[in-house]
Amino acid sequence: MLKILQTLDRRWIFLAMFLAVAIPLIMGMTFPEKTSDQVMAVFNAVENLPDGSNVVMALDYDPASEGELQPMASAFTRHCALKKHNIYFMTLWPQGGPMIQRSTDLLENDYPETYKGKYGSKYVNLGFRAGNEGVIKLVVEDLKKSYDTDVQGTNLNDIPLTKNLKNIQQVDLLCNVSAGYPGSKEWVLYGSAPFDIPTVIGCTGVQAPIMLPYIPQQLTGMLAAIKGAAEYEQAIINRYPELNDNPAAKEGLKRMGPQLVAHVLLIGLIALGNVIYFWERKQGTA
Amino acid sequence: MKRTIPLFISAVTGFVLIGTAFIPQFVDWGNDAMAWFNLLAAFAFILGGGNLLKMQLQKISAQQPGWGYAAVTLIAFFITLYVGLAKVGVNPSVKFPEFAWSGEFQEEGSAFWWLFEYIFYPLSATMFALLAFYISSAAFRAFRAKNTEATILLLIAVIVLLGRTYAGVWLTGWLPNEPIIGSSGITYSDFHLPHLSQIIMDDFTTPGMRAITIGIALGVASTSLKVLLGVDRSYLGSDQEA
Repeated sequence: MLKILQTLDRRWIFLAMFLAVAIPLIMGMTFPEKTSDQVMAVFNAVENLPDGSNVVMALDYDPASEGELQPMASAFTRHCALKKHNIYFMTLWPQGGPMIQRSTDLLENDYPETYKGKYGSKYVNLGFRAGNEGVIKLVVEDLKKSYDTDVQGTNLNDIPLTKNLKNIQQVDLLCNVSAGYPGSKEWVLYGSAPFDIPTVIGCTGVQAPIMLPYIPQQLTGMLAAIKGAAEYEQAIINRYPELNDNPAAKEGLKRMGPQLVAHVLLIGLIALGNVIYFWERKQGTA
Repeated sequence: MKRTIPLFISAVTGFVLIGTAFIPQFVDWGNDAMAWFNLLAAFAFILGGGNLLKMQLQKISAQQPGWGYAAVTLIAFFITLYVGLAKVGVNPSVKFPEFAWSGEFQEEGSAFWWLFEYIFYPLSATMFALLAFYISSAAFRAFRAKNTEATILLLIAVIVLLGRTYAGVWLTGWLPNEPIIGSSGITYSDFHLPHLSQIIMDDFTTPGMRAITIGIALGVASTSLKVLLGVDRSYLGSDQEA
């Protein structure tokens, strides 16, 4: 048996991983999530703002990371919509435009009473600007030096939400969802930390250890990977139970099923690999 | 001269930006410098495109192995560039209906949107998703307890992998919140896998990352000073004057 495993074709492992992800996804397996203190800090940062506060939503990711980050972006957007916040969307990634579109579609379709036809007065899409941290440095000091128009080409002085906005130090909260550079770290270094802008982030699992040192002084809280998104969704559902019937509000929770089975498979593979290793060592072939 | 002017621009811009943190009068200058930087960053896309063209054309003309892929890259590049610049399938914006090109190039239903949604998006997501397969294969073949360090790493990986899912709750959630006999204040529930996972993140990962971050910051500060003072000129390319 061990000899067969020793020469196991890796395509069997690929098949096992495929099934580990596909079966729970198809079956719609979900598990209860207990919200951690860090996620509750994010939830409270949005929840405790007075209704109709101003929130910047910086979505710095692309389709490659959408599987991990879109549930966070949607949860942030949904939570802000429930609080009727005014939202300023922007991105530092060229591929971020369509990611913003998904969030603005959510606003218009799921919360039409607050946002349908309210472009410019309840939300605005500033779109992409090149310059990475250079853009951040400008928008925190002088927004209109970096963005003179929104994504539709309308001058910011003609948009009610941006007309009197000098810079984003004037907003009540900065939410960033990021897949890497430029992203959360740059927002903290050049935006939130020097100017004390309350900031919450959602990031990939790989980025989470890099961002941990900034909590709680420079960052109010962080959603790390799909687990963070699932916990945040659970926190929102606990506060707004009517969302329990909305499958779109549980995208992160739904993705924890495949994650659980994939993690268990990985542990099984690591254990099996080590059994083979020690057996080989005993045989003197390792 | 060819090197002196860039050195001068770097030094002045760098010191102005440092000054913005301490001298309020420098803030406007700093903002102007950043506006220029952002403009240059936009032009870098053109340089990037030019470089891509050069590299792929070289591959094709030399008939290097895999030159067909270079041809596909170029065809995709030109098609995307054309539909984006020409705004193929984009309707004029509602605000400026008299201008045919006033619509947004990524507008839903446009050719660029179609390319993004149905080609770039699935390809990009698929490439990233393939990682799961390679990680599982690597976990089976390479993650071995060969020495003490590797064994510790392996144990921590197992705790975090389980602790970050419901498996951790399921496996250890039954541990009672009662003190372990003979211990001072340690309870059985302290060994919940999610709790252990959190301890690893809070008490080991965070201080470790703090130390690394501070080290990097000090390194960046000293390297930046060397660049601003003209000691390090490697960013200007070869030392030989053209």
